[in-house]
Formats: sequence, structure tokens, C-alpha cells
Amino acid sequence: MSTFAAVVLFAGVLAYAVLGGADYGAGLWDLTAGGARRGQGPRHLLDQTLAPVWEANHVWLIFCLVMLWTGFPQAFAAIMTTLYIPLGLTALGIVVRGSGFAFRKVVLHTQQQRAVGAAFATSSVITPFFLGTVTGGIASGRVPADGHGDPITSWINPTSLLGGVLAVAVCAFVAAVFLTAEARRLAEPELQRWFGRRAQGCAVVTGAVAVAGVWILRSDAHRLFHGLLTRGLPLVVVSAACGLACLALLHRAAPRLLQALAASAAGTVVLGWGVAQYPYLLGSHLRITQAAAPDTTLWALAIVAGAALLLVVPAMALLFALQQRGDLDST
Amino acid sequence: MAMLPPAALPAAAVVAQDPAQMLPAREQMAFTLGFHIILVPFGVAFTFLMLIANARGLRRGDAEALLLARRWSQVAAVLFAVGAVSGTVLSFELGLLWPRLMGTYGAAYGIPFAVEGLFFFLEAIFVAIYVYGWRRMRPWPHFWTGVPVVLSGIGGTLSVVAANAWMNQPGGFTLHDGRVTQVRPLAVVFNRAFWYEAIHMLLAAYMVAGFIIAGVYAAGILRGRRDDYHRLGLVIPLTVAALTTPLQIFVGDVAAREVYHYEPAKFAAIEALARSGTHVPEVLGGYYADGQVHWGIDIPSGASILSGYKPSTRITGLEAIPAAVRPSDRLVTVVHLAFDVMVGIGFALLALSAWYALGWWRRHDLPRSRWFLRATTVSGILAVVALEAGWVVTEVGRQPWTVVGYLLTRDAVTTSGNLWLFFAATLVLYVAVGAATFYVLRLLPRRWRAGGNAGSADVPYGPSRAHDDVIQEQS
Repeated sequence: MSTFAAVVLFAGVLAYAVLGGADYGAGLWDLTAGGARRGQGPRHLLDQTLAPVWEANHVWLIFCLVMLWTGFPQAFAAIMTTLYIPLGLTALGIVVRGSGFAFRKVVLHTQQQRAVGAAFATSSVITPFFLGTVTGGIASGRVPADGHGDPITSWINPTSLLGGVLAVAVCAFVAAVFLTAEARRLAEPELQRWFGRRAQGCAVVTGAVAVAGVWILRSDAHRLFHGLLTRGLPLVVVSAACGLACLALLHRAAPRLLQALAASAAGTVVLGWGVAQYPYLLGSHLRITQAAAPDTTLWALAIVAGAALLLVVPAMALLFALQQRGDLDST
Repeated sequence: MAMLPPAALPAAAVVAQDPAQMLPAREQMAFTLGFHIILVPFGVAFTFLMLIANARGLRRGDAEALLLARRWSQVAAVLFAVGAVSGTVLSFELGLLWPRLMGTYGAAYGIPFAVEGLFFFLEAIFVAIYVYGWRRMRPWPHFWTGVPVVLSGIGGTLSVVAANAWMNQPGGFTLHDGRVTQVRPLAVVFNRAFWYEAIHMLLAAYMVAGFIIAGVYAAGILRGRRDDYHRLGLVIPLTVAALTTPLQIFVGDVAAREVYHYEPAKFAAIEALARSGTHVPEVLGGYYADGQVHWGIDIPSGASILSGYKPSTRITGLEAIPAAVRPSDRLVTVVHLAFDVMVGIGFALLALSAWYALGWWRRHDLPRSRWFLRATTVSGILAVVALEAGWVVTEVGRQPWTVVGYLLTRDAVTTSGNLWLFFAATLVLYVAVGAATFYVLRLLPRRWRAGGNAGSADVPYGPSRAHDDVIQEQS
């Protein structure tokens, strides 16, 4: 039962990493899109793509938090009392990002648009970075089972920094591919090239970071390294293959296929971490079974997860379908 | 009606000092919750008003009503976004500020939140579909996409309040060696405080949204915008609020009696009653110090009659609470005054509702007096104050407990880090976000007016300005 709850929790992490990640990545492209005039086209596209879906995607984070604190309360408390600095900054980053995005188009003056837009974009970059460092801290076993680990070295360490950089790079990559596909759907060749170039550049960077990461993990997080190279290896290979396929087909494949490939490339990396980590929740000292809440609680969570499968997944499919059909396009 | 909750007092309670993190953690939680709670009525109840206008517009072919619905959905979109992120902060804070609450009781306390997560998902999805669907979807299907928003708003409220109610009257779990070993999920969710707290909050959300929106249009009419559009903008929300208010007063009365029966410590603080006894007067206002209320106005036997329908009803006083867990005089004053403010405003709003009903009954029209419009204008602010005061009563009134009888707040709080920095950063950020929200909402009507028919003015979920500019440049 506890393994099942962990799988549900991890499904939430995956969904947030891919869907939420793409939204964060879009913020990076917003930040680097250039001046008001030059950046108009890309910004408009990502506004349109992001606006209807980002809140729904954001809820996956809440889902993860709730599943963690209910299903594995001890681990939740341990993580929170150790990694409180990056997590506190994440919380504030989320406020800036969400409200900045919501305000941007309502304000009239370019000056104000620039200010709230910059707030949105900057926080879109730093928030996934902090979440990446948190992941690194957990994965490298720096969160003690009883919490109160080192508040600094738990997230400023080689694995965490790798996690942070990789998170930003992967988000940026997924977003660039998604937006390339979107531009193609809307028959905007110029934007398609604009995001396509960035997807390619980003793929190179992400690949380089991942390769460098192998060395970092070998010296800093040996167990994770070992797990990734044994049980996790197929997933790592699939991830690389999806990434490469994405690049090869960037201007040829159907938008939907392209998006699926990018999502798989990002998803399998996260999944690889999960597989390598199993059967531990924290490092190699807190097993999933040890950390789990009583069975009835886990059953309650399973029922909620079942209801989510029945209600939320179709609703979300409807939202995405309407968006893809252009029914939610309000221009 | 046991004065002392089931678990024995932690022995350390008497001597323990509050951790340094206690004050900033409580201040931050109060501040961020107080901020978020103002946004809640807009996600929960404002969307209902929006659907009324939408349905009316479609049924009667009323263009003004449709315009209202469409514009309201734009306002709701902005507020929903801010509410979503400020709600997320609360989730983080549960762990960052109260790790020992979550670590120990998460297995029980977390369950209602899991249910809430489900509703939040549905709400976020359908808000997006509704807000974006105005142009391309067919009218009635579009209307129906708004219905899940209202329903999940209700479901979400009930589940979050279930979690809060559980802190007041915890149940549904077995504690063994300081660990939760057995959980009965239904007993956790449907705890003894659930129904009255949840319904009280739900009605409060409808009152706040109704009076605030009505106030906006009342202010417009006062400024001379006496058209059908403003009239309808006042009538729809005020009707909902006026129908909700008497119901709320009834539910509030029931709730107070439940608190009398099952949360005697909180009730003693509400009444600021030092010594247990019968023929207890209802004391209005004043402050509590040295075992009595100063400067209060007494209604003889009032509290006894309200609690048990007869003057001989016995009410437990603060002295019956063991000294180690007795709230300080200052806290008692806060709870007592907050309760008076909440009830006082409730009755003022009831009077306004009656005035409105009278006008409607006699002439089938709004009361003619400009004072009616003035009162409606401020009613929204009053409703918000009452909402905040109500939360002060239930949250401060629970102190020094976080989970009554099980976990003291000082044992729930984190012991890591300098929380003042976190609090300061949060404060600055929220003030900025609050000011920006206000500014943006003030901007919307100006833009609507400037754009003529513009239900389609530029909002977060509307068409992008940048794009329109491109089109203009090209043409």
C-alpha cells in the first residue's frame, strides 16, 4: 500500500515536472525575448499558450505537497525543516510568478508591463532552480530522517546545483519545443524558427549538463549514480533518445508528436531519479514503508487519487483539447 | 462538556519557553491567511453571481447581463490567480512554520486537504475554460462549464474548513507513543466542528462577495451612473447577500451554542468570563484584565439565555482552564472583541438586507434613499472585517493549542531558522501584490469604458494587447 501511495505521489511529481516545468521554461524565453518591440511575437505566443493552462498545471504542486504530508508526514517534516531556505524562496517565487503573469496584460503602460513581466519571467527561472536544488538535496541523502539537516549544505552542494541547473535547462527545453510546435500549429513560421533555434541550443546545453552531471553524481551522490546506471539506465537512454528525436524532427513531425517527445525526454529523467531512489524516500536512510502513514490514510489517498483519475484527468484533457482546437483562443 | 480535552497535558507545558520562532510564525500565518481569506469569496461565491448574470443574459436575451457576466469573469480571473498562488504559500507554510503539526498529525489532518486538492484541480480547469470560452464556445455549453467552478468552490471550502474544524475538535485517530497509528478518515473529515464551521464559512463567502460587488455598483450609481447595467450589477449580488445574511445569523447562533457545548475554553474567551456561574450577563465591548471586563456593557443573564435558553444556564469560566494552558488576558480581549465585531456587523448587514427587502416588497424597486446606496457601498468592507474577525475568533480562540488537547502551538512551531527574515520578505511581497491587485482592478473599468462595448478588454485571460498593436501597425 505504501508503495502504491509513493507511486501516486511520484506521478504527481512527474506531471508537475513536465507540465509545470514547461510553464516555467516559457518564463525563461520571456525573459530573454529582448526589448518590447523585438520580443512582442514570442511573448504573445507564450502568453496565449500559457494563460489558460498554467493554473491547472500549478495544482500538481499542491497535489504533491498534500500527498507527501498526508501519506508520508515524517518525510514531509524532515524535508521542510532541512530545506526551508530554498522552499521558502520557492513559495515566494510562485507568488511573484503567478501574480506577475496575471497582472501583465491588464496594465497599460509599457513601463509597467515591463516591470511585472520581468517579475514574472525572473521568478519563472529562479523557482525551478530552487526546486531543483531541493530535489538534489533529497536525492543525495542530505535530508536526515528526523529533519533539521544542515540548512545551507543541504541545498548548496554539487548534486543540488546540478539539480537546479538541470531543472532550468530541462524546463527551457520542453518549453521551447512546446512553443515551436504551437507556433507551427498556428502557422507562424517566423516564431517556429525562433523557438526552434532555442530548442536546439537548449538541447545542447541540457545534454552537456547531463553529461557533466554523471561525474558530479559519481563523486557526490554515489548511490544515486549507481541506481541511475543500473536500474535507471533504460530510462536515461530513452530520455536521451527522445531528446535527440525531438531535435531531428523539430520542423517535420506533427506538433503533437513533438510535444510528446519533449515531455517524454523530461519525464524519463525524473522517472530515472525515482527508480534509482526506490525503495527509499530520503537518501538511503528512510524507506518508503517506514515513512508511510497508517493504511487507512493511504486508502483514503488512493480513493482521492482514483477520483482524480476519473474526474480531473478527463477535465484536464478537455481543457487541453479545447486549447489545441483554438476554442480558448480569445483574440 | 469536559473542560480539559481528552489527552493529558504535556508535562513540559508549564515550564517550556516559547521558541524564538513562535511569534514570527504566528504573525506570518495570521497575515498570509488573512490575506488569502479575502480572495476566497471571489473564487467560491463571486463565480456564482457571474453565472446568475450569465443565465439571465441567455434566458432573456439581456445584453447588459451578459456584459456583466463577461466582465465579472475577467475580474474573477485576476483574483483567482492571486488566490491560487497565495493559497500555495499557505501549503508551504504548513510545513515551513508548523513541521511538528504536519510530521505528527499529517496522516489524519492531511486527509481533508487531499480532498480539497481534487476540488482545486477542477476549479482551476473550469475557471480557465469558462473565462476563455466566451468567444468561441456556444453560449449554453459555455455556461455549463461555469457550473463545476461553483460546485468545486463549495467542495473546496467544505474540505479546507474540515481541516480547520479538526484542529478545534480533533478526532478519528489513535495516538500511540506520540505517533498516529490508526486513522478513521471519515471521522477526521466529518469531525464535530465540521458542519457548523464549514457552513458558516461558506455563507460568509457568499455574503462577502455579494456585498462587495453590490458596493462597487452602488458607488457607481452614487456617482450618477444610473443605468440598467449598474442597477443589475447591484441587484444580483445584493439579492444573494441579503438572502444569505439571515441564514448566516441563524447558523452563527447554532455555531455559538456548539462552541458553548464542545469548546468551552473558546466560549469562555468569547464571553470574557473569568468565573464559572449561572445568570451570566452578555458583555458587549470592553477589555479583559485581572479577571473582569472593563468598560463593557452588560445585558443581564444574556449569555446564559443565549447559550441554554434560560438564565440559570451555567457557563464555564476561564478560571476552570488549567493555568498552563489558559489564554492570556490580551488574547481573551482579542477574541472577545473580535466576536462582538463579527456579530455587530452581522446585524448591521441584516438591517441593510431588511431595508433592501422592504423596498423590493413595497415598490418592487431599490430603496430611493441615497443613504441606502451609501450603506451598500460600505457593506462590502464591513463584510470583510466580519470575515476576518470570525477567523480571529476561531484561530486565536483556540490558543494556546494548535490541535486542541493534543498539540500546543509552541510545540507545533518550527525551531529552525530566522523566521523574521522570511516574514519580512513575505510582508513586503504581499503588500506589493495586494497594491498591484487593487490597482489592476481599478484599471479594468476604465479600460472597459474606454473600449466602448468591451467585454473583450485586455485582461489576463483576454486577448493580448501586444498582438492588437501589431495588427494596428500592420493595417
